[in-house]
Amino acid sequence: MSSTVDCGAGDLVADTGRWLHGVVREADLGLLTGLPGMDGEPVRPVRAGGLVAVVSSVPLTEYGEEALRRNLEDLAWLERAARAHHRVVDALARAGAVVPARLATVHHDDGRVAASLTDRRAELVTLLDRLSGRGEWGVKGYVVPGATPQAEETAGPGGAGAAYLRRRRAQLTAREDGQRAAASAAAAVHDALSRHAVAARRHPPQDRRLSGAPTAMALNGAYLVDTATLSAFAGLVDSLRARHPELRLELTGPWPPYSFVAERPAEPALVREPAC
Amino acid sequence: MTSTPSVVQNSGQVLPAGHEPANLGDILERVLDRGIVIAGDIRVSLLDIELLTLKLRLVIASVDTARQIGIDWWEHDPWLSSRARPPVEPGPRDPEEVEAERRPRVEARARRRDAEREEWDEFDG
Repeated sequence: MSSTVDCGAGDLVADTGRWLHGVVREADLGLLTGLPGMDGEPVRPVRAGGLVAVVSSVPLTEYGEEALRRNLEDLAWLERAARAHHRVVDALARAGAVVPARLATVHHDDGRVAASLTDRRAELVTLLDRLSGRGEWGVKGYVVPGATPQAEETAGPGGAGAAYLRRRRAQLTAREDGQRAAASAAAAVHDALSRHAVAARRHPPQDRRLSGAPTAMALNGAYLVDTATLSAFAGLVDSLRARHPELRLELTGPWPPYSFVAERPAEPALVREPAC
Repeated sequence: MTSTPSVVQNSGQVLPAGHEPANLGDILERVLDRGIVIAGDIRVSLLDIELLTLKLRLVIASVDTARQIGIDWWEHDPWLSSRARPPVEPGPRDPEEVEAERRPRVEARARRRDAEREEWDEFDG
């Protein structure tokens, strides 16, 4: 009959955890009420230190340490979790500044979530200040085959086999030239976009099987853009598109600022004051 | 000249709430690789996440395409259970992509070699 709420004490007691979606300054209760979290359960606010953590309660049978390790490697489970988590973070981002949590951040209870907020309050407040009124936009650049002039096919001795090899060599050369041109165009595009962004970051290009695109990705950039200067940014993408036919540029967004909350960026972020 | 859309609203305001964002690859890249790292009580180490990301980069999203160009090792990889399946609908087919899949096998094999080289370059560094 007597139950202990001590962590890990009873098998049936501490059987749910708190999955952290993100941290905001103030959560609109109306927004949270209608917002499905993990497994479709509504999300809840946990408040501490003037901040709000938005969490889903999750069963530890599915989201505990061992279960998570197993489930994360199940593509169907992972897809469901990633979409559910992203949907919450995205809804929060549309309502205001949010610091998104990396997938699979789980605490034992509300008290532990609150302690995290208090411990990292200064850092979280700085981030929220920096993110408010801004959105993340992605610009990907795909190599356009044949955008650089093709070498003439030279006639030569030999039969069909030799001709094939010559043709193949010419193709490879053309492709290398194309990739070189695409790489330098990618750098130019990134520089130009960075000048119009509050912060910018280049991520590793996605594998072709991840991107689903028929040609290689040369640019996978993320840009933190002031909402006020968004149309200028989009206009810049259009003009860069015209200037660099060797790249097919794709603008995506707005994304929650996933790329601009890491404390240890993989490469130094190019941070500057608002451009205009 | 180009007929590709200039803006893809992956998570955009124009989509009504509750609409699925378009590209799972884009979402996974973000939620796995980025976002603030807060030490939760349930530990999934960063190394686990990084290995997962690497594996995903290798197999996800275009499983059909990968199979067509002869990459099918995940079907024998215990990492992916028998429940492994293409995680996403490929979505509207890009005509360029359809065309690319029709190219001769020779080129497909060359592409595969290049793709493998790129991946190892990427993850060796």
